[in-house]
Amino acid sequence: MVEDWLVATLARGLAFAAPLLFAALGELVAERSGVINLGVEGMMILGALMAFVVADASASPWLGVLAAAGVGALAALLHAFFAVTLRANQYVSGLALTMVGLGLSGLFGRAYAGKPLAHPLPKWDVPLLKELPWIGPGVFEGQSALLYLGLLLALGLSVFLHQTRPGIHLRSVGENPAAADALGVNVYLVRYLAVVFGGAMAGVAGAYLSVAYRPSWTEGMTAGMGWIALAIVIFAAWEPLRAVLAAFLFGAFYHLAYRFQGVLPPEFLKMTPYLFTILFLVLSALGKSVRLGAPEALGRPYVRGER
Amino acid sequence: MVANDRVSFSVCPGEVHALLGENGAGKSTLVSILYGLLEPDEGEIVIRGQKVRIRSPKDALELGIGLVPQHFLLVKKHTVAENVALGLKGVPFFRPARAVAPRIRELGERYGLPVDPDAYVWQLSAGEQQRVEILKVLVRDVTLLMLDEPTSVLTPQEARGLFEVLRRMKAEGHAVIFITHKLEEVFAVADRVTVLRRGRVVASLSVRETDPQTLARLMVGEELPEPAARPARTPGRELLFVEDLWVRSDRGFYAVKDVSFTLREGEVVGLAGVAGNGQSELIEALTGLRRPERGWIRVGERDLTGKDARVFFEAGVAHVPEDRNRRGVVATLSVAENLVLRHYRYPPFARGPVLDRRAVRRFALEEVKRYDIRTPSIDAPVRLLSGGNVQKLILARELYGEPKVLVAAHPTYGLDVAAARQVHGRILEARDRGAAILLVSEDLEEILALSSRILVIFEGRIIAELAPEEASKERLGMLMAGVAA
Repeated sequence: MVEDWLVATLARGLAFAAPLLFAALGELVAERSGVINLGVEGMMILGALMAFVVADASASPWLGVLAAAGVGALAALLHAFFAVTLRANQYVSGLALTMVGLGLSGLFGRAYAGKPLAHPLPKWDVPLLKELPWIGPGVFEGQSALLYLGLLLALGLSVFLHQTRPGIHLRSVGENPAAADALGVNVYLVRYLAVVFGGAMAGVAGAYLSVAYRPSWTEGMTAGMGWIALAIVIFAAWEPLRAVLAAFLFGAFYHLAYRFQGVLPPEFLKMTPYLFTILFLVLSALGKSVRLGAPEALGRPYVRGER
Repeated sequence: MVANDRVSFSVCPGEVHALLGENGAGKSTLVSILYGLLEPDEGEIVIRGQKVRIRSPKDALELGIGLVPQHFLLVKKHTVAENVALGLKGVPFFRPARAVAPRIRELGERYGLPVDPDAYVWQLSAGEQQRVEILKVLVRDVTLLMLDEPTSVLTPQEARGLFEVLRRMKAEGHAVIFITHKLEEVFAVADRVTVLRRGRVVASLSVRETDPQTLARLMVGEELPEPAARPARTPGRELLFVEDLWVRSDRGFYAVKDVSFTLREGEVVGLAGVAGNGQSELIEALTGLRRPERGWIRVGERDLTGKDARVFFEAGVAHVPEDRNRRGVVATLSVAENLVLRHYRYPPFARGPVLDRRAVRRFALEEVKRYDIRTPSIDAPVRLLSGGNVQKLILARELYGEPKVLVAAHPTYGLDVAAARQVHGRILEARDRGAAILLVSEDLEEILALSSRILVIFEGRIIAELAPEEASKERLGMLMAGVAA
């Protein structure tokens, strides 16, 4: 009985964690380059709508995911232009992106509201691994294909950041862009690529919601997940593998809050993501390793020759 | 502003070429141009008979030009190997840091630059970090190496080690450009010297055919001012007591360990040490900016342990901070406002909760004149002032009201000779009227010239106390490096 309950929490927590994971991994890469993008929520919701529209029209959910990555990347490109080239205030630019994303998706999404999606993303079982006790049914059975890709992405990014040449470049640009520049690394290019990648992943996160998790379109369906993703990045101390853990924790909390729907007032339920965000940020602030983990040049535009 | 005005000079393989000049003479601007960090408005650069344009550090590195900057450009959180592998061509995609580690060891041995490739940069001393900067350049097979004020962070022993490295590089056919404002270094290591003054080349000489007096005249352009006077009066009663003081750094370990000393009326006590041996934390504890973990600080009869900065100030402790632009002034506020940053809350500048603007202006006009602060006006923001004038402003503010104790950290760092002399004059003036002064400096000449007693700090402990007669640069250098002497 308890066993079932634990397995269900694991499975449902992960299902809910998948979009958070994608969004957080994307933002993590952007922030590692020294650019903070508060537009995650906006890019996610644009991705969600785009994925639904394309999947609905083409009958291919994968094409929808791809389109979502594209629109997220495009939105992020705009942010990169403001933050990197124009050296505008990154916080203002990111907030604007969130506002615009929420507004645009509401406007163009009206026609799709309430329509079910005929071809959602497939659910996969992982052969062999699903035979494992507890973990098998909890993690490797009946989850969306995207979740598995997200876990692989986290693993890949962790290796990329710490074990590869471009990984060193990315981290150096976020820590000390002047040092990277002095050795001939193109700081602006690295930042552009990182921010655009972040946008694409936020788009995929949105796509997960509209073509996998609940295959339909609802206005405002991201419901603050973009902000949670930002908190996850901090909680994870900018490490991809820790982001998996943090995303799962959020997912599990969220799932449990749903479980207590009967007991708790619905207003409280709506509040939970923000409550958890605050809780996570408080926890993060208490931990020393996290404070030291922040990329040193985070949020600061780079100009050659300035100290 | 024109920082380099029609500068011409050349450097050959197998030669160490010193660029000598005061701060603001345009030396750093010149190497920045050669390294592609700045673009010249006019003129040309010729390398091996080929006219070139250097638009970025990337261009410079491809031409075989490397720079060891004065303020290190290292990623502190990364390892030595990662810093060296950054932007390096021809390293593998996977695990590039592992691939460069043997190269780092090999070059380290060949040139006498030992450093552990797997160490994190933040763990290294300034001297070791400089080795990493040099290795970064060497690994890229440069033919021209430029070093910007490389000895400013080194002990005399470390500096000698660096000169040995430069000699080896010279022997292998590298060209070296060596920026300095210290005459003895020119004679220690350079073959030729180019003297810059106010952005112009005033002379280019073979070192063998010149002497220190000539170079000093060329550099300053006038007769050298008299060196600061030695202490005249005998110290009086004790004003500052520090006992058994333990202070933690930001990273949580003890940066100051079991430090005890006293400062007496009318004396300057020099605190010598290599940067990062606990000076910063000690200074912060003595001025109320950092709470000590254990121990006592008393000023006169008052116990100030654990009190905040305002209480310290009100008890008569003045502070000339080490990072003058960030901690000494508010750069966007005006000269007048910065001058009353300490005293604005007391009469005559305050009348109840209101600021008496006229009193502030009157005071500012007087101080600007008295301290020879060169500013467009007293309403100009402080960020427009040069380092020397910022320092004079800070001294004017801190010495107003005749404080009992002055903690001066690196008061002449980065100042030219004239400004440094003025600063020294003010410090001695304060001493002569009876203030107790702690002079924290890495400039041993400054310490030797002004101090009545000299303390040496190493790894957070005061390891020696010397009278000026028994101290020499050599002996202090050894002590600073932790070698008992």
